[in-house]
Amino acid sequence: MATSITGGFVALVRRDLLLSLRQGGEIGLVVGFFVLAVVLFPFGIGPEPEVLRRVGAGIVWVAALLAAVSSLDRLFAGDHADGGLDLMVLSAVPLELTVAAKCLAHWLTTGLPLTIVSPALALIVDLDPEAIPILVFGLLIGTPGLSLLGAIAAALTLGARRPGVLSALLVLPFYLPPLIFGAGAVEASLAAEGARAHLLLLGALSLAAGVLAPLAAAAALRDAVE
Amino acid sequence: MFELVRARFTTQSALVAEGLACRRGERLVFAGLSCHLPAGGALVLTGANGSGKSSLLRLLATLLRPASGHLLWDGAPIADDAASYRALVHYIGHLDGVKPAITPRETLEFWAGLRGVAANRTGEALAAFELERVADWPCRWLSAGQRRRLALARLVAVPAPIWLLDEPTAALDRDGEARLVRAIAAHRAAGGMVAFATHQPIAIDAAVFIALDDYALAADAAYATEF
Repeated sequence: MATSITGGFVALVRRDLLLSLRQGGEIGLVVGFFVLAVVLFPFGIGPEPEVLRRVGAGIVWVAALLAAVSSLDRLFAGDHADGGLDLMVLSAVPLELTVAAKCLAHWLTTGLPLTIVSPALALIVDLDPEAIPILVFGLLIGTPGLSLLGAIAAALTLGARRPGVLSALLVLPFYLPPLIFGAGAVEASLAAEGARAHLLLLGALSLAAGVLAPLAAAAALRDAVE
Repeated sequence: MFELVRARFTTQSALVAEGLACRRGERLVFAGLSCHLPAGGALVLTGANGSGKSSLLRLLATLLRPASGHLLWDGAPIADDAASYRALVHYIGHLDGVKPAITPRETLEFWAGLRGVAANRTGEALAAFELERVADWPCRWLSAGQRRRLALARLVAVPAPIWLLDEPTAALDRDGEARLVRAIAAHRAAGGMVAFATHQPIAIDAAVFIALDDYALAADAAYATEF
C-alpha cells in the first residue's frame, strides 16, 4: 500500500512537470511576468538608486506574489475540466497527498525558477550585494508557502466563472505574512539587525501551510468533484 | 487477473445497492433504486437524457454521495472503507482525462502509476484498442474516437474488477465497439463485473437492464410528498 502511494505520488509530480515543460514554455511565462513586473517599477517611481534600493526587496517580493497568483489556475483547473480529477480521487494516492504532489510540481515550475532569477532582479533594483543572499534564501523558503496557500484558493474556485480573478482575490490577503517577513528579512539585514527572526517565521509559515493547505484543498476538491 | 486486489475480491463478490436516491441541487433525480451486480455480471442502464444514468454510475464510483440508501461490497458498507473499494473500481465518464501535450503511452503509464501498479501492461492495452500506431504522438493529434479508445485502454492497462462505463461507445467506430465488447466479455469471463450506461443497443450477453425512467417517477412522487 505504501509503495503504491509513493509510486502514485511520483507519477503525479512527473506528469505535472512533463506537462509544464511541454506546454509552450509555461515556466518562461511565469519568469517573464516576474521580470517584467520588477522592471516596470523603476519606470513608475523614477530611476534614482537611493529610492530603488530602499524599496527593492519589497518590489521583488510583490512581483513574486503576483507571478505565483498568475499561475495558480494551472494547479487543478485543467484536471477538473477534463475529468482527470475523478481519476485522482479514485487513485491509490490519498487526495491530500495528491494536492501535495501538485503543489510540489507547481513550486518546481514557479517558485524555484523565480528564486533562481531573483539575484539578477536584485541588481536591477540596485539592492546591496550583501543582502542578495538573504533575498534569495527568503524566496527559496517562502515560495513553497505561496504554492500551498494558492492551492486552497485554486481548489475553492473550481467551477467558478472567473476562477483566476477570484482565486487572486481570495489568496492575496493570505500572502501578506510571507511578504512582510520576506521583505522584512532583507530590510533587517540592511539595518544590521540580523534577518534570522524574519527567516525563521517565513520558514514556519511555509511549514504550517505544508500541513494545513493539503487538508483544506483536498476538502475543496472533494466538493468540486460532486 | 486481479492478483493485486485479491484480498478484497473473490468470485462470490457482489456489489449491492439498496434504496439509493440521488439529489442534484434541489432536484431528486431518482429514488428507491436497488440493484445487485454479482461477479461476472453486467448491468445496463437505460433511460432518457437527465434520468440519472451518469449520476448512478458516479454514485457507484463513490464520486457522489447518495441522498439516501447504501452501497455494499461483499456485504459490508462501502462508506466504511471507501479507499480499498476505490482500488477495485474503474470509472470512465464522458470526459476522458486525456492531456493534449503527452502521448498515449505516457498517459497510460501515468494512469498505472496513479493506481500504484507497474506499467507493464501498457503495450497490451494499446494493442487491445489498436493504438500502437499513435502510441507516441501527442494526444492533441488524436481524433475523438481515438481519445475514447485511449480512455478505454485504461481498463486493460490497470486490472480492476468493477468497470463503470458512461456511454463507452460514444465516438467509437464499429471496430472500436467490437473491441470494447470483446474486452467486456473477457473481463466477465475472468469474474469481473461491468455497469454501463448506453443509448445504443450493444451485444452484451445475460445483462440485467435498469430503466432509470422508472425510478425518476418514484423520485417525483417522493418530491411531491416532501413539499
